[in-house]
Amino acid sequence: MSKQQAIPMIFSQVKQVNWPTLNQFLSATALPIVGIVIFLGLWSLMAKNIDTSLGNFPGPAAVWQQTKVLVDEHNAQMEKAEKFYLRQEERNAARLAKDPSYQPKIRAFTGAPTFLQQIWTSLYTVMVGFIVASFLAIPLGIVCGLSKNSYTAINPLIQLFKPVSPLAWLPLVTMVVSAVYVSDDPMFSKSFITSAVTVSLCCLWPTLINTAVGVSSIDQDLLNVSKVLRLNALSHVIKIVLPSSIPAIFTGLRLSLGIGWMVLIAAEMLAQNPGLGKFVWDEFQNGSSESLARIMVAVLTIGVIGFALDRLMLMLQRKVSWDKSAVLR
Amino acid sequence: MAKLKVVSALKLVIQSLRIGVMSTVLSGAVIATAVSAEDLGWPEKEELKFGFIKLTDMAPLAVAYEKGYFEDEGLYVTLEAQANWKVLLDRVIDGQLDGAHMLAGQPLGATIGYGTKADIITAFSMDLNGNAITVSNDIWKEMKKHVPHESGKPVHPISADSLKPVVDDFKSKGKPFKMGMVFPVSTHNYELRYWLAAGGIHPGFYAPHKGDTSGQIDADALLSVTPPPQMPSTMEAGTIYGYCVGEPWNQQAVFKGIGVPVVTDYEIWKDNPEKVFGVSKGWADKYPNTHIRVVKAMIRAAMWLDENNNANRPEAVKILAKSQYVGADYDVIANSMTGTFEYEKGDKRDVPDFNVFFRYNATYPFYSDAIWYLTQMRRWGQIAEPKPDSWYKDIAKQVYRPDIYAQAAKALIAEGKAKSADFPEFATESGFKPPQTHFIDNIVYEGSQPNAYLEKFAIGLKNDSQI
Repeated sequence: MSKQQAIPMIFSQVKQVNWPTLNQFLSATALPIVGIVIFLGLWSLMAKNIDTSLGNFPGPAAVWQQTKVLVDEHNAQMEKAEKFYLRQEERNAARLAKDPSYQPKIRAFTGAPTFLQQIWTSLYTVMVGFIVASFLAIPLGIVCGLSKNSYTAINPLIQLFKPVSPLAWLPLVTMVVSAVYVSDDPMFSKSFITSAVTVSLCCLWPTLINTAVGVSSIDQDLLNVSKVLRLNALSHVIKIVLPSSIPAIFTGLRLSLGIGWMVLIAAEMLAQNPGLGKFVWDEFQNGSSESLARIMVAVLTIGVIGFALDRLMLMLQRKVSWDKSAVLR
Repeated sequence: MAKLKVVSALKLVIQSLRIGVMSTVLSGAVIATAVSAEDLGWPEKEELKFGFIKLTDMAPLAVAYEKGYFEDEGLYVTLEAQANWKVLLDRVIDGQLDGAHMLAGQPLGATIGYGTKADIITAFSMDLNGNAITVSNDIWKEMKKHVPHESGKPVHPISADSLKPVVDDFKSKGKPFKMGMVFPVSTHNYELRYWLAAGGIHPGFYAPHKGDTSGQIDADALLSVTPPPQMPSTMEAGTIYGYCVGEPWNQQAVFKGIGVPVVTDYEIWKDNPEKVFGVSKGWADKYPNTHIRVVKAMIRAAMWLDENNNANRPEAVKILAKSQYVGADYDVIANSMTGTFEYEKGDKRDVPDFNVFFRYNATYPFYSDAIWYLTQMRRWGQIAEPKPDSWYKDIAKQVYRPDIYAQAAKALIAEGKAKSADFPEFATESGFKPPQTHFIDNIVYEGSQPNAYLEKFAIGLKNDSQI
């Protein structure tokens, strides 16, 4: 066989044998990587050409550098905390020696929260706000879906409050929380309650609407089954309504969680409540030569967490959904 | 690469549990102690949260924390940066903050009911000087033509006389001349107004009784509020043409190349009082020992800042440059904190007293300082009605509390942490500084005669004049 004949032969074989798997491999792993590489390339190119009064816009290298710095700062702060507790131990002991009636008490570390602690605060706040909202929205949505009358009654309110920006709610929430939530030894800080309530107010609506729509569009056959079996109201909801409206409810929950996460960052920024939003704002105020890179770290972190939260909800939906074959995206 | 210390965080939790056990075990043991002066009484509240604005003059708070002075008093303090002066004051009033780094005018303004009405007192003055007025590059180019020069460099102090032609030009073209300051009752507002008015530029009146709190009635230059850290970016965006603010935000403009500081407040009024440490009166009444101990820690911090001719300042700058405090670059903060000030780029001059934290009795709350602020509130119409001299003294005595300061200072002297020579003679101190002569317009200020002082100004309310 001559060389010229051999090459097309090999190629055609490759085509027949390897194409499908290569294609799969490409679309599953390679394409996202290509996308990211192109993005990083464009980013570093653009960054060099954007000159701000705080120096160049940070490129990927500067951001990576600051990520490491932030982690180092966290570690340094943890060491300081350790020493703080040791000093406190000595001080308490010394005071006890002089003042035996003293009830020694260990106070939490007073240092500034690190970036990693801010992430945790934000996550915790958004989860609390989201869970509270879901516990309100899902039952209300089911009621609206089941009864046309209650839907007609509530619908104008939903339409009125749904488009309200969190930033409009925030001053009201802040004032109401400070007026209503008064306690000498509060379990939660006021800033936490304010952020969580604002998040709740904004994540109510997508879940509510989607649940109502999902419940009202249950297959007639299923409703008939319920009637034939003479299920009481509670079993009707648990056996028929909930399972069949799970996809709609989860669509609503995922939208809500996404909104909640965005709202929280904005609320923290405006109300100076602890969390990632406050971190971004503080860095902006600092105006040091590293501030922009540190803000960029926070931006990427916010994005990654938002993505992770969405995936988490998707996994949860797979777990609770009865239809395992449905394509979820 | 750095690794996460999740483990160490866990260790902390375990440790705090262990400590709880240990300290009870240790209760019987006798231990040599560093805990101070029980005759003062233990602090009633040990966990405190103080607010501050990102400015270099918050240094006494940061130093008292980092050097462990608060802990020496048995206080566990958290320091928290605030978004702006309004938020800071509101949070002190509603109790979210135990105390804060405040503008000297804030406790006074709150007490007389200008803005939010609340009883705020102060027993500790945080610093002298530390502000400057900066104008944008374009304005400076125009101004420079009217500034006298010596061997190629502008002669300081630069008065607003050289700004007047620029403002007149704006007026003739019908364009508003806008400048920024940080708060209606801020030192910066009064300093900027003082400087402008001394150069014949009217900064505008307030008329709170008519609901006009813009402070722009009859104004040649329109002043508005911008939070300190946003000053440079607001000027860069062209919203304002200049501003009066504390450090590092003037030096930041030089570093960014967007503006030129033209005059420091040291030149407008030598050794003028600046920030104070304010707490609500209710808080101070409820926790008297805590308050005295806080003042003690802050006096020690101020002493440290001025020790050995500012020898500790580079270390202080390192502390302030941390992102949880001021967070600007080391070089920017160091420029003014270490006794120099850079006007035009490259024109760096020695101003050893640009930031004074302790010497010249900087920390003592003088009644005459309080009265100066009240005179300026009257001058610009924030106090709409004429008031007798006695009223000024009463308000000053209500808000400024040298009695608490004296208790703290005496405790420090007794512990050997300070010398009595460092403080005024408490038994005889009247709280009124001798007549002060170092103003840019050479007008003499005598704290005991506020109304007579107001009469000396060409621009401003006096006697029974009203808007």
